[in-house]
Amino acid sequence: MSQVHRDDIGSKMGMWLFIFTELLLFGGLFITYAVYRYLHPEAFHLASQELDVPIGTINTIILLISSATIAMSVTAIQQKKKKLSLGLIAATIILAAVFLVNKYFEWGAKFDHGIFPGSEYLDQLGYGDVLFFGLYFFMTGLHAFHIIIGMVVLGFMYVYVKNDRLTHDNFQLLENGGLYWHLVDLIWIFLFPLFYLIA
Amino acid sequence: MSETVKQGAHKSYLEETGGRKGIFKWILSTDHKRIGLLYLYSIMTWFVIGVALGIMMKLELIAPGKTIMGAQAYNATFTVHGVIMIFLIVIPGLPAVFGNFLLPIQIGAKDVAFPKLNLFSWYIYVAGSILVVASLFAGGGPPDTGWTFYAPYSFKTGTNMLPAVVGAFVLGFSSILTGLNFLVTIHRLRAPGMTFMKMPVFPWTLYGTAWIQLLATPIVGITLLMVLGERIFNIGFFDPAKGGDPILYQHLFWIYSHPAVYIMILPAMGAISEIIPTFSRKTIFGYRFIVISTLAIAFVGYFVWGHHMFTSGMSGTALFTFSILTFIVAIPSAIKVFNWVATMHQGSILLKTPFMWAASFIFVFLIGGLTGLVLGALATNVHVHDTAFVVGHFHFIVFGGTGFAFFGAVHYWFPKIYGRMYDESWAKTGWLIFFIGYLALYGPMLYLGIKGMPRRYFDYLPEYHGPNILSSLGALVMVSGFLIILINLIRSARHGEKAEANPWGGTNLEWQISSPPSLENFDEIPTIDKATYKYD
Repeated sequence: MSQVHRDDIGSKMGMWLFIFTELLLFGGLFITYAVYRYLHPEAFHLASQELDVPIGTINTIILLISSATIAMSVTAIQQKKKKLSLGLIAATIILAAVFLVNKYFEWGAKFDHGIFPGSEYLDQLGYGDVLFFGLYFFMTGLHAFHIIIGMVVLGFMYVYVKNDRLTHDNFQLLENGGLYWHLVDLIWIFLFPLFYLIA
Repeated sequence: MSETVKQGAHKSYLEETGGRKGIFKWILSTDHKRIGLLYLYSIMTWFVIGVALGIMMKLELIAPGKTIMGAQAYNATFTVHGVIMIFLIVIPGLPAVFGNFLLPIQIGAKDVAFPKLNLFSWYIYVAGSILVVASLFAGGGPPDTGWTFYAPYSFKTGTNMLPAVVGAFVLGFSSILTGLNFLVTIHRLRAPGMTFMKMPVFPWTLYGTAWIQLLATPIVGITLLMVLGERIFNIGFFDPAKGGDPILYQHLFWIYSHPAVYIMILPAMGAISEIIPTFSRKTIFGYRFIVISTLAIAFVGYFVWGHHMFTSGMSGTALFTFSILTFIVAIPSAIKVFNWVATMHQGSILLKTPFMWAASFIFVFLIGGLTGLVLGALATNVHVHDTAFVVGHFHFIVFGGTGFAFFGAVHYWFPKIYGRMYDESWAKTGWLIFFIGYLALYGPMLYLGIKGMPRRYFDYLPEYHGPNILSSLGALVMVSGFLIILINLIRSARHGEKAEANPWGGTNLEWQISSPPSLENFDEIPTIDKATYKYD
């Protein structure tokens, strides 16, 4: 191509559309959740009490802070504070890792109690529990997978900012990465009350 | 359109290699025209496989009892035929091939908004299609659930469901990214002066299609992931033995797969709306109505999925609502048919091959549409549900609709793509044989269905023998026509006469630039000051 054409608005529009598809991806699962909760309200209530609310709360706070740090890194790069921006991206990635570690212990505890998809113990508990924990593992698992993708994306952003590929007048890619991270956060904001808090 | 778009002595996109050699000048190029052709060649390759599987089914059904294959092989054949034809061919079909090639040109842009993403989408498409085709050969035998992967059988069967389901998921990704790319392209890259209401109809239909791709595909994505979860982790979402609900699977599946029918048909309608004004030498009739009906189809098409499940078990209210909505979605389609016919009225019609395809499109589309209403009405649906009637209807709409429009589009834009003309008399012969074979192949299915012959069986009662023979012979005639068309096109791409820039006298931007176009399409981005399809 003769001249490199850059369209920040187009790029942002593409990212928003992609986020829309991600929401719909989880939307299918939210519908499934709604249907089965409607069919088994009692069992869903009892099963949700099995979940560890303190860890869930801590993880929610972690993700909220990480959303703030990535937003701040976008502002920092606009103000030509490269080091600060890098630090904030790194902080976001570290917080994401802490989230996953917590998740690992949470899942591990469930597995120790014999609660995992297809387990004999779970099958004995009845339909509502099978479906609740099936949805729990599937949705938080898919969400964790998105966290990992987000970490990889932010890792690239870190390298780009470091190499000055992204600068104060060309930061759209970082903003898009940030948008993706907010999406991951947003989905958790829905997952947390649906599984941990609902009575 | 714009006065004249000047074009200097640039090399054509086919000669511009970017310093790459051999196959690399194709698979590494981010030029939207080359990517469109990559899709064309890959789709045609899979189409030959899909047709071969279809012929095997028709040979099996040429006589009652086992002729060339047994029940299991037949189940696998119609499954893989369906998966290949739907996910590999008709869904990407027109948007990926002609959308890629033409969208930027028709709106006066140099390329799509994200050229690299565009090439990446093609790679995803190839990866997905290889997975699907691999399911034919690897491991426990080809999948045998039907292309709908209905639960709970799809996670109970021992056949190769994993590659097929993962393949369909991956293909969905490619579809989403293409739709996203087109949406941003249409919003951001229209040439100065090209307002939305001056945009040709084909980009408009791509716009509607792109929204459906974007909003519906994720639902089937998650549904297929859930089937994987069922198969691998034994979760129980759709397993009645664990409290899951198979009907929920059907809902989730059709929430995507019915709008997917509009992904197939909308760009086809767009291509027909390009061909008819050009060969009638008339401005398209009721441009505004065509545009609005495009958006109406895209919108209402979301809310009719339940008509695939009239006999599955739904409340009376749901049945009634879905049936009414199905009738409503027929209205905008009918508006389009009226507009095409009105465009031809008092036009000076040029009977070239693309027009033949367009005219026969309207004919078969009408049959497909009207039989669709038979299926959309609750009482008649119960009678013909899961019979050969459904198969006939579906092929009239999808093959008669998308397929005919695709062949019409190939002939219409062939001179633009290759800079050469196809052989007109061979093309017409091919079309005629194809059309006769087509009617003989699918017409009897409608009759057989009314008479009660169920679909998806390798065997049938002796009284259905006659129409089945006709149908099978029709398939062979149609394939002969297809071969003539294919050979003619391949030959002409190399040896055809040189084409002019505007062999048909079309009015849109793609006819104002050279054939084949240069790498960047336009030397200078044109300014648009007239409505589209204006004949002075």
